[in-house]
Amino acid sequence: MSPILSVRNLSRNFGAIKAVDDVSFDLAKGELLALIGPNGAGKSTCFNMLMGQLRPSSGTVQLMGKNIAGMQPRKIWRMGVGRTFQITATYVSMTVVENVQMALISHHRRLYSLTSFAHKLYRDKALALLETVGMADQADRHCAVLAYGDLKRLELAVALAHDPVLLLMDEPTAGMAPRERIALMQLTADILAQRGISVLFTEHDMDVVFAHSHRIMVLNRGQLIAEGTVDEIRNNRQVQEVYLGGGTLFKAAEDDAHA
Amino acid sequence: MGLFIAQILTGLANAGALFMVASGLSLIFGVTRVVNFAHGSFYMLGAYVGYSLMQALPGVAGFWGAILLAGLIVGVIGVIVEICVLRPVYRAPELFQLVATFGVILVIQDLTLMIWGPQDLLGPRAPGLKGIIRIMGEPVPQYDIALIAITPFVAIGLWYLITRTRVGTLVRAATQDREMVGALGVNQSWLFTGVFFLGCALAGLGGALQLPKGGADLLMDFSILGAVFVVVVIGGMGSLPGAYLAAVIISILNVFGVTYAPQSTLVLMFVVMVVVLMIRPFGLLGKEEVAGEHGQTGEPERPIKPAGPRIRLLVTTLLVILALLPLYSGNFAVVLVTDIMIFCLFAASLHFMLGQGGLVSFGHAAFFGGGAYAAALLVTYASTPMELALVLAPVSAGLAAIVIGWVCLRSTGVYFAMLTLAFGQLLWSLAFQWGDVTGGDDGLVNIWPSAWASDNTVYYYLAFTLCVGGILLLRQAAHAPFGYALRAARDSTRQAEATGINTKRVQWVAFTFAGTMAGLAGGLFVFSKGSIFPNELETARSFDALIVVFLGGVKTLSGGWVGGAFFEGAKDYLTRFEYWRLTLGLLIIFVVILGPEGIVGSLRKAGERIGLLKTPEDAT
Repeated sequence: MSPILSVRNLSRNFGAIKAVDDVSFDLAKGELLALIGPNGAGKSTCFNMLMGQLRPSSGTVQLMGKNIAGMQPRKIWRMGVGRTFQITATYVSMTVVENVQMALISHHRRLYSLTSFAHKLYRDKALALLETVGMADQADRHCAVLAYGDLKRLELAVALAHDPVLLLMDEPTAGMAPRERIALMQLTADILAQRGISVLFTEHDMDVVFAHSHRIMVLNRGQLIAEGTVDEIRNNRQVQEVYLGGGTLFKAAEDDAHA
Repeated sequence: MGLFIAQILTGLANAGALFMVASGLSLIFGVTRVVNFAHGSFYMLGAYVGYSLMQALPGVAGFWGAILLAGLIVGVIGVIVEICVLRPVYRAPELFQLVATFGVILVIQDLTLMIWGPQDLLGPRAPGLKGIIRIMGEPVPQYDIALIAITPFVAIGLWYLITRTRVGTLVRAATQDREMVGALGVNQSWLFTGVFFLGCALAGLGGALQLPKGGADLLMDFSILGAVFVVVVIGGMGSLPGAYLAAVIISILNVFGVTYAPQSTLVLMFVVMVVVLMIRPFGLLGKEEVAGEHGQTGEPERPIKPAGPRIRLLVTTLLVILALLPLYSGNFAVVLVTDIMIFCLFAASLHFMLGQGGLVSFGHAAFFGGGAYAAALLVTYASTPMELALVLAPVSAGLAAIVIGWVCLRSTGVYFAMLTLAFGQLLWSLAFQWGDVTGGDDGLVNIWPSAWASDNTVYYYLAFTLCVGGILLLRQAAHAPFGYALRAARDSTRQAEATGINTKRVQWVAFTFAGTMAGLAGGLFVFSKGSIFPNELETARSFDALIVVFLGGVKTLSGGWVGGAFFEGAKDYLTRFEYWRLTLGLLIIFVVILGPEGIVGSLRKAGERIGLLKTPEDAT
C-alpha cells in the first residue's frame, strides 16, 4: 500500500546551519510514528516544514502523491492534515465547543456567512468530537479558564474536526502531568485505531514514546541517525549515546565521519 | 544652489524640535507601551511655559535658562500626569491608556487657554542670535544655525544616556521585556515615571526651543502630533537614530514641499511614510516587533452570546422610546438625537473591527468623512439625488477601505495603526488642499435631503432606520461565522491559519465592512448637516471614535454605540459651557480610572454583583 506521507531529501538551512539535513521517510496508513531527538536536533524545523510554516530549502513532501512542500498551512489543512501545537493555540475568547465549531465552519467553507449564528452551526458534530476526547462535560466552559491538559485535549478535538488522514502532533504531552500524558497518548492511539488516521509526533517523554509508537525515528543535528521499532531504538548504541550525551556524542560523530 | 542649501539648513533646524518630541514619544512607548496622544500637548506646554519664563528672565542666560527650565517643568507636569492618570490604568486592557491621554489633551488645552488666553504668542528672539548670516547669498537666521548645532548634542546626550548608563540599560531592557525587568527586582513604577519625565521634558524642550521660530498657539498640540507619529514610525519605534534620521527627512521634505509643491505639503509626509512602510514594514531602523510582546493584561475576553430576554426587552424599550421621540419632544432634541445616532453607527463600525478583530485603527474618520465627501461631491457636481448618494457614500467608502486595507494590513499592531492614521491624514489633506474640487477649508455646502425627507422628523426616521439597522447588522456579523472567524484570527493567528482560515483576508473583509458602515454614517451626516468640512476627516475625529469605543468597552458587544451615545450626549451638554474641554477631559479620565472595562463592561460587572445579571460559572 502506498504511504500517506512520503518525505524525500528534506533540508533546511538557516545561514550556514543545516537545521534539517537530507531527511527521508515514509508514513503508512494507520501508523503512529514518533520523531525523537535531543534539543536542537531539528524536530520542530522538520515539523514546521511538513505543516507549511516554513519553506524547505530543498526536498519534497508528498501527501498521498501530491507535493505539499512550501504550501501554506491553511492549504495543507484543507488537504486533510490536522495538527496540534507544542504550546497550545486555542481561541481564548470562545467557549470550548465554539473552538471546535470554528474548525468545522472553516471546513464547510462558511467563514464569510453573515446570516447564521455561529454558535448554532455544527454544534452536534462538535459535541461528538468533544465526547471522543472526553471533554463533552466542559463544552460550554470559557476556554480561557481550562486547565492545560484540557486545552491539549481540546486541541486534539479541533485537529480531528475535518476528518484528517494525517495528524501532526508537536510534543503533544509537553507541560502535562505524568498521568495525563499517558492518558492523552492512549486516547490518541485509540482514536487513530478507530479512524485509521496516521500520526507523526515528536516527544521528549520516552515513556510516552515507547508505550505507544509503532515505529521511531531519531533525529540528531538535523540528520536521521536511526529508525526502527521500539526495541531496536531502545538498544541502538548511537541513540543511547546521543541521549546520554557528554563527550561521547562528539566522539560518535567523529567516528561516524571516519567510518 | 544657495537657495537649495539654505532650504536644507532650514529643514535641519526644523528637525530639532521634531526630533526631541518624537524621541520622547518613542521612549515612552518603548518602555510603557502607552501611545501617548498627549505628547503634542506637552510640546505646546513647553512653548507656553518657555514664553513666560523668557518674559521673566533677562538676557542670554535668561533665554537659555528659560528653555532648560521649561523642559524641566514640563517633565514634572508629565510626572504628575503619569502618577495621577496613567498609574491607575496600566493594568487595563492594552491601548486603553490612550483614552486617558486623550482626556489629558483636553484638560491641557483648556488650562492653557485659561492661563495664557486665546491669542497666539509671538516668541521672543534669541538674544545675540537675532540676525542672519548669508550663505552663498541666501539669508539664514542665526538661530537656525544654533538649532542645527544644538540638536546633535541633545541626540548624542540621549544616546549616551540610553546606551552607556545603568538607567539606559534598564530602559532598553524594559523596552524588550518589561516582565523580565520586573522579575529582576527593578521597581517598574518608578522606571515608568522616570521615562515619562524624560519623554515629557524632551517634548517641553522641543516646544521651548522652537519659540523664536514659531511662537506658541493653542493648535500646536495636534498640528505636531501627526508629524511626530510619522517620524517615530518612519524611523522605527524605539530607535533614537531612526527618529533623528526621520525627523531630518521629514523636515527637509516639508521645506522643499512648501517651495516646489505648495499644494501637496500636507500629503507629502504621509506619502513618504506609506512608501517607507511598504518597503520596510518596521521603519528605517526599527526592529521587527516580536509577536505577543504586548502582553494581554486584564481579564480575558468573555465568550459572546446573543442577548438574553432581559437585555432584549431593555433594548426594545429603548428603541420604542427613540422611535416615538418626535411625538413628545421638540425639534432640537430630534436633530440632536439624529446626530447621536449617526455617531453611534460610526463608533459601532470601528468597534466591530477593533473589538472583534483587534485591529486598532487611528484613521477611521477617513471612511466617515470619505463617505460624507463622496455624497457631497456627487450632489455638488452630478446633482445626484439623496437616495442614490446615500447608496454611493458607503460604496465609495468601502472601495477606499479595500485599497487602504490592502496596504495597512501588511503591517500589524502599532504600525498598522500608524498606517491608518497616515491614510486618514492623506484624505484630510486632499480635502483641505484640493480647494478647486473640495472647496478646501470652506467645505461643500447646500447638500440637502430630497424634498420628501427634508423635514427634520422624516429625516430622523430615515437616520433611525439606517443607523439602527446598521448597528444591528454589525452585531449580527459578530454572532455570525464571519465575526467568529475574525475573532479566531485575533485570538490565535497560528491556529486559525492551521485550520484553513485565511486570516489576512478575513481581516481585510472586516476592514472593508467597517469602512462601508462608517461611510453610511458619513452619508447620513452630510445630509443632516447640509454641509461638510475637512475637519470631519481629521485625526481628531478618528480619535473621537476610538475614545468612544474604549469608553464604551472594547470587550463588550455594545461598547461602540453605548459609548457613542454617552460621549456625544455629554459633549452636546458640556459644549454650552466655556471650559467644556476641561470638564469633558476630566470626565473621560474619571471614567477611565473608575471603570477600566468601559461603561458596558463596568455596568455588566455591577449587574452581576447585585444579582441582576447571571454570573458566568467560570467568572471569579
